[in-house]
Formats: sequence, structure tokens, C-alpha cells
Amino acid sequence: MLNKIWFGLLLIGIVYGFGRGAYNTIWPPTPAVTINEQADSEASDGALPPPSDRNLKQMGKGLNAAALSAAEVTITICISLIGIMALWLGLLAVARDAGLVDALARLLSPWMRWLFPDVPDGHPAQGAILMNISANMLNLDNAATPLGLKAMKELQTLNPNKETATDAMAMFMAINTSSVTLIPFTIIGYRATFHSDNPAEPLFGIILVTTFSTLVAIVVTRLLARSPRFALANKSEQTDGTGDRS
Amino acid sequence: MTILEYIDLFSQWSVPLMILTIILWAAYKRVPMYESFVTGAKEGFDVAVMIIPYLVAILFAIKIFEASGAFEDIKLMAGWAMERVGLGDYRESLDLIPLALTKPLTGGGARGVMVEIFDTHGPDSFLGKTASIMMGSTETTFYILSVYYGSIQIKKIRHTLHACLVADAAGIAAAVVVGYLLYG
Repeated sequence: MLNKIWFGLLLIGIVYGFGRGAYNTIWPPTPAVTINEQADSEASDGALPPPSDRNLKQMGKGLNAAALSAAEVTITICISLIGIMALWLGLLAVARDAGLVDALARLLSPWMRWLFPDVPDGHPAQGAILMNISANMLNLDNAATPLGLKAMKELQTLNPNKETATDAMAMFMAINTSSVTLIPFTIIGYRATFHSDNPAEPLFGIILVTTFSTLVAIVVTRLLARSPRFALANKSEQTDGTGDRS
Repeated sequence: MTILEYIDLFSQWSVPLMILTIILWAAYKRVPMYESFVTGAKEGFDVAVMIIPYLVAILFAIKIFEASGAFEDIKLMAGWAMERVGLGDYRESLDLIPLALTKPLTGGGARGVMVEIFDTHGPDSFLGKTASIMMGSTETTFYILSVYYGSIQIKKIRHTLHACLVADAAGIAAAVVVGYLLYG
């Protein structure tokens, strides 16, 4: 998937750029602008017009510059990002060692039974799910993934049909991918790298939007789980047979 | 003070307050703070260095695509269509489409797109702030689903993808709306 997108962006970029440049060379964009441009480009040597006004030569130059600027921008960012990421992850490590993740997990535990009615109380899946969600909330991506995989493994032990996802798994994935975030450290870090006046400014918006999208995820997952199209083929059989799922 | 000013004040103070909470908590729990910090900071160094190849790859493709004029032409047409249906005032949000499209696919790619937006428009512009909200409130859905389900060999994922994509779309739309409400 990514391979195709990457290839597509580059191919379209170069081919379209060639076509656009050729078109602009044969039929120059609005003459009035071109005269000014001529003067401009001679005066401020090397300044290119916006991409859609470039002629073939300028287009080639522009594409060259674009390729190189990708490398340049990355290095500028990463140099300052090293310091900022070290700072944040350092602080987060202190928070983690102080047991902040466990504290959050305890806060969230009353919701578990409502969200995952199929997971029995005290089952190890509960703990793993709670820890994963808490780690996600604190933006601890590296810690969240192993906890999430552990949660999936535990949920699989409750799954009668090992190749089909259960309702609990779908709910866990929906909550996980709707990204409940309390403190978006990485984004604050990137904003600081670009010398933002207030790197933490979008925090309020993020909490608002992420709460909304998580609610949507929960509701939609619940509704879809009940729709006949996605219903578990063997769920009714199983409840009839053993009655331990109801 | 208006509500927006309170929010601004709160966000300015959010980081110092959080640091205070963490260190007080850690002191209470008698965590060797300095050592913990250094261990974590090393991890941060690795993260920042590890993303370089991904960032170069995605920025390279995006910059080439943009420099060809293709993106500008698409925006021109989409902007024209938006004006036709009376949404001309909101055409600026078209610059967020690349972010909305890449985020569910790849975290590294979306980071590249966000960096591109910061680089072109600045982190404190309407676009910069709205991109931050979008970035913070969506996840790399396809990646997570394939890794998590792949790890336990689930083949039929039933309604998972549908539900996640609906939630993503809701998050993206909400990010734009909130962006306009708070910073538009």
C-alpha cells in the first residue's frame, strides 16, 4: 500500500510537472504576470514563481530544489527534535516509574465491564487493555504497543473461533485507533521545534476532538456488532449450546 | 477574560503544571527521578534519530508532488467546487486533505505532512493548529489493525475496519470544525 502511494506521488509529481511545465512554456500563463515575473526572476535571481506558473526550465529547477529541501528540512527538524524528544521521554519515564500509568488504569477500570461485557471480571485481558489505554492516553507509544499485543493475546483465549474477531476485540481496536489522548507530547514537541508561540495551544482542541471520536467509535462498534451483516455466525449456536456467553 | 483567553492561559500552564504533578508524584513514590529521566531521554534520542529515514522518504515524495503544481491544481478545482456549493470561505481547509488521507495509513507519513504544513504555514497559523488537532486525535488505523490482528492470526475482522474508519472520519471532520471554532 505505502509502496504504491510513494511511487504514485513521485511518478505523478515528475510526469505532471513535465506536462505542466511544457504547457506553460507553449501557452505562457497570463502575459501581464509574465512581464513582472521576468523582471522579478532577473532581479531576485533564482526565485521561482508558484508551481502552476512555471515553465519547463523553472519546473525542472523547482523539482530539483524540492527533492533537496526534503533532506534539508528533515535534518533541521531532527536536530532540534533530538533534544525535545529526550526531554519529553525523560519526563515520561519519571511518570511511568512513579506508577502514573497504573493510577490511570485504576481510574478507568469502572468502565471496563460496560465496554467489554464479554470479558469476565479479573481476567488478565482487563488489566492489559486498561494499561494499553492508559499508556496511549499519556502518548507512551513504545509502551502501549506491547501492552496492546498482550491484550489481544488474552482476548484470543476467550475467543471460541480463533480466526474471527470477537466483539471485545473490535471494541478494543476501535478505542485504540480513535486515540484517546490526554497529553499529546509528540505534537507539542514538533510545534516547539518550529518555534511556536504556544506549543501546547491545540491541547484543548485535541482533548475535545479525541473524546468525540472515541465516543463515535464506541457507539458505531456497538451498533455494527448487532447488525446482521457482521453478526457472529456461531454466537447464537454457542449460547444455545453452552449458555456461558450470555 | 473570554473563554478563549482562559483556554489559552490553561494551555500555556498545562506543561509546567504537568511537570509539577509528575515530580511531586515521583517524590512521593520515592522514584530515583534523575536516573529515570536519563533512561527515558536516551529513548527519546533513539526515537528522534530513528524517524529520519521515514521523514526523508515521505517529505521527498510530498515535496516533489507539490512542486509539480499538481496539488495546487487539485486545490484550485476543489476550491472552485466548494465555492459553487457556498463553502468558499472554508477553502483554506483543503490544505489539510493530505494529512487526513495519510494519517490512517502511516504515522511517519502523517508526521511528514504535518511538518510540511508547519514549514509552509507556521505552527501558529490556522492550518498549523488545526493540523496539530487532526494529528493528535486520529491514529494510524490500518497499521494498528494489521499489527494487532496479525499478532494473533485473526483473519475475519468483521466490523472492526468499518467502525474504525467511521470514527476516523468523525475525528477528522471534528478537527476541522473545532479548528474553525477556536482559531478560524
